[in-house]
Amino acid sequence: MQPTDIQNPSYFHKVVDCQWACPAHTPVPEYIRLIAQERYSEAYMLNWDSNVFPGILGRTCDRPCEPACRRVRTEETPVAICRLKRVAADNKGDISRFMPRVPQQKNGKRIALLGAGPASLAVARDLLPLGYEVHVYDKDAKGGGMMRSQIPAFRLPVGVLDEEVDRILDMGVVTHFGEEITSMKAMLDQEYDAYFIGTGAPRGRELELPGREQVADQIHIGIDWLASVAFEHIDKIEGKVIVMGGGNTAMDCCRTSLRLGAESVTVVVRSAFEVMKASEWEKEDAMREGIPIINNRPPKEFVHENGKLKGVLFGCVKPVEEDGRLKYVPTGEPDVFIEADHILMAIGQDNHCPWIERDLGLQFDKWDCPVLDDVTLQSTHPKVFFGGDSAFGPENIIQASAHAHQAAISIHLLCQHKDLKKDRPPQGVNLLSTKMGMHEWAYDSEHDPSVRNIVPLVEQKAALANVKVEVELGFDTLLGAQEAQRCLNCDVQTVFSEKLCIECDACVDICPMDCITFVGNAEEPKLRLKLTAPAETTDQDLYVSTDLLTGRVMVKDEDVCLHCGLCAERCPTNAWDMQRSVVHIPQLGSFAE
Amino acid sequence: MTFVAKPKAHHPRLPLNEIGLTRRDYEGSVSTLCAGCGHDSVSAAIVQACAELSIPPHRFAKVSGIGCSSKTPSYFLNKSHGFNSVHGRMPSVITGANLANRDLHCIGVSGDGDSASIGMGQFAHIVRRRINMLYIVDNNGTYGLTKGQFSATSDKGSTSKKGAPNLYEPIDLASMALQIGASFVARSFSGDKSQLVPLLKAALHHKGMAFIDVVSPCVAFNNHDGSTKSYEYIRKYGQNVVNADFIAEHEEITADYQPGTVEDINMPDGTILRMYKLDENYDPHDRVGALNYVQRRKEQGEIVTGLLYVDPDAIDCHDILRTVAQPLNEMGELELCPGNSALASINESYR
Ligand SMILES: Cc1cc2nc3c(=O)[nH]c(=O)nc-3n(C[C@H](O)[C@H](O)[C@H](O)COP(=O)(O)OP(=O)(O)OC[C@H]3O[C@@H](n4cnc5c(N)ncnc54)[C@H](O)[C@@H]3O)c2cc1C
Ligand SMILES: Cc1ncc(C[n+]2csc(CCOP(=O)(O)OP(=O)(O)O)c2C)c(N)n1
Ligand code: SF4
Ligand code: SF4
Ligand code: SF4
Ligand SMILES: [Mg+2]
Repeated sequence: MQPTDIQNPSYFHKVVDCQWACPAHTPVPEYIRLIAQERYSEAYMLNWDSNVFPGILGRTCDRPCEPACRRVRTEETPVAICRLKRVAADNKGDISRFMPRVPQQKNGKRIALLGAGPASLAVARDLLPLGYEVHVYDKDAKGGGMMRSQIPAFRLPVGVLDEEVDRILDMGVVTHFGEEITSMKAMLDQEYDAYFIGTGAPRGRELELPGREQVADQIHIGIDWLASVAFEHIDKIEGKVIVMGGGNTAMDCCRTSLRLGAESVTVVVRSAFEVMKASEWEKEDAMREGIPIINNRPPKEFVHENGKLKGVLFGCVKPVEEDGRLKYVPTGEPDVFIEADHILMAIGQDNHCPWIERDLGLQFDKWDCPVLDDVTLQSTHPKVFFGGDSAFGPENIIQASAHAHQAAISIHLLCQHKDLKKDRPPQGVNLLSTKMGMHEWAYDSEHDPSVRNIVPLVEQKAALANVKVEVELGFDTLLGAQEAQRCLNCDVQTVFSEKLCIECDACVDICPMDCITFVGNAEEPKLRLKLTAPAETTDQDLYVSTDLLTGRVMVKDEDVCLHCGLCAERCPTNAWDMQRSVVHIPQLGSFAE
Repeated sequence: MTFVAKPKAHHPRLPLNEIGLTRRDYEGSVSTLCAGCGHDSVSAAIVQACAELSIPPHRFAKVSGIGCSSKTPSYFLNKSHGFNSVHGRMPSVITGANLANRDLHCIGVSGDGDSASIGMGQFAHIVRRRINMLYIVDNNGTYGLTKGQFSATSDKGSTSKKGAPNLYEPIDLASMALQIGASFVARSFSGDKSQLVPLLKAALHHKGMAFIDVVSPCVAFNNHDGSTKSYEYIRKYGQNVVNADFIAEHEEITADYQPGTVEDINMPDGTILRMYKLDENYDPHDRVGALNYVQRRKEQGEIVTGLLYVDPDAIDCHDILRTVAQPLNEMGELELCPGNSALASINESYR
């Protein structure tokens, strides 16, 4: 193998599994260390800088970071990264002193952001400190998008949402709320310098089955129904409820129904439990509240009598694997009838922008998604950018923030008449030694073997009585500190200097995880097998040195390294050093810049 | 040294041996030796060898004298029997242990100071007596623990860290062991586990006195340019003659591509000792030939390593003394001490 180029910003970034997996590349270990030091405001700001909504995300994030966490590979349960974010948000002090300054004197450029969801709000946050005049349009009366209209208050209290939305609006956004946009052409006629479309994926999917028309008022599109609950147009649901669908929307629908007085709630999913789109924890939350989830039951018909819904007829299937893909075949059992007074349909959302005229030079693909450059997020109309759910279909808040940062950079480059690709600021990496003395490191290197802490919940009866009672109490500072200790500090890197190594084996002998091997070089697949512990996790990199004096190379498998620093402690020549890597992710208006 | 203990966490796919233990179950306490000390690598090699042999840790007795090397039994086999004796006296204590319980696997760890100076007499006599044990000398050519004086194995002309030359001829413990009755003699290097671990395994299976001289650099006091026991020096002048490979009873013999001619020795316990002779002219069954070879090469500035000599059918101290097969520690007081009348009748038989 070729020697590893550790100056390549991606190399060590990838070792920080959580940060690598986070679409917005939040510097997770760094903020967890700040929490451990009880520096909650700083921890909050570090989050705010990269993901814009720490309080909201600390409760609702899809957390792609957690399955990626190294602890999953070393002992199965990840660090509770998401809930630690909430600890920072809940315990922060006055952060006004950290806020970026927004110039009074504007730079003369006007930008229109369509939709006031997380994507647009994050673009606004990035652009305002540079002096842009930012206009945000939304048909709703308040900002927040689906974070307000969809995510139920028992998961995300309105106060938390308002705080983080207002923080951005108060930076000087010109709001045009309560205005539905009906024509993109009319928007373009207003001659903004750039447009960002963050109108989401607002159309809930329909299920055309026999009976659908006859009992239309007892069948509700899940996201429309949740919005009506959020905006308090609906405050109860009576009788038996069937929620159809297996995603997070279905989980929110069923749990909301339970709180609005449903006699019974059943979730029915056409596919198997394991492949449901809902996150593990969302399924667990619903089941903990006693909601049954019935799988492998595709709906056949809405059964009705005298214009009134009776229930739904479901077929029975089972999953069989064919060429590595799941196929559903009938089991032969008779169809099942489940009684219902209301159906909530939560089987997906689509992009839908009927208000964008199709003759403006803005192209859409066959799924009705805009044709975009996936780096710059520029559409086929040079002044128009997309981000959030409107860009590539429904995703989540953290993706929306990530898109926003890229779109903001593109808009800024466009306004400066620069090339959106060639002039894009590059990523970088800084390495800072954490060595403080003989055996002292600037981080808590000792490995903490304790298991993941469980987030305390509010008493269930109280939770189910009111849709606005937040279910999770969150970690208190003590539990937070305990959980923070579990972080392995994966951003403190093992950095090797071949010139210093005397090949004494001390590091090999002390490494608890058998990460290090001195061995003759070979091509990667072969080399992986030659190591003391064969490196079977092929998506984790090998760190390979140049040739050493004996002709061998040092190979470190990054896979299960605990970042405990013992290799560096044991090395007589400091050939190993523990260095904190700071990945530089370009971002406009970042206070880290 | 490290203050942080090695975490209990281990590689998720760490293999289990035949008795369901991992290599980590054979480790000891955290080492207090200097970072980079060769002795720690020898300990790691012992851990690996014992784990691979699937011998329960409590079936080992580890005994040592005084010195950095003699501290190392604390750093391997935590769950075994151990005794850290006085300077140069490991042989007497381990002799006692082996006499009392002949079923124990005895590992004696000593240093070049501990064995070649103050313990010279004990060393010579335990080898003569052929105690069934593995005798390891962590040979760094210096008194590490007392901060770097020349030891009796330092080569004449090699220098101290400050540059003063050693004026005396060195003692070669491996040659002595060959001469006075060891039935398994090897030399190895702490920095070469691929050679050392199979040697340790073979030695632990050998019945009789197995002696291994392990060149084990002292990073603090004897790893400089004038040293002949430094990492660099041994890598440059080490000359491997016979690689050993230990093959357990039921282990499949897989073809491998080590160089040299192969010779298999069927050991009395059913295992196989496989030898790869790197020098055609070398005969590891020829005690006198081995002695000559080692000395000749030494004259040419080379350090011969590998399995120097083995007598697979050797006898040990218990054979010589014709002791009973049952370990003495398993017998009752009456059997061991049959009383005055028994003594009287024995005395009577000599009159
Ligand atoms: C039930 C449900 C639960 C969810 N839970 C989570 C969760 O727990 N965690 C998570 O990360 N994500 C969750 N999501 C997804 C998340 O809400 C979205 O991915 C995210 O809000 C997308 O942000 P956005 O800015 O792209 O668009 P949106 O949040 O959808 O905002 C779009 C805004 O544009 C406005 N708009 C649209 N069209 C027009 C128009 N023509 N004129 C004027 N205004 C218009 C809308 O009113 C809306 O305010 C959930 C989604 C649903 C449906
Ligand atoms: C009776 C006695 N004499 C002298 C000493 C001092 N002493 C301690 S260790 C040592 C030499 C150890 O050298 P070696 O066996 O080579 O061990 P190393 O530290 O080099 O591994 C000496 C002379 C002692 N502890 N006891
Ligand atoms: S930090 Fe070093 S000693 Fe610790 S697990 Fe990683 S490679 Fe091994
Ligand atoms: S401990 Fe240091 S000098 Fe020794 S092998 Fe490891 S990196 Fe090289
Ligand atoms: S002084 Fe030498 S022998 Fe003793 S621990 Fe340090 S390096 Fe090892
Ligand atoms: Mg010594």
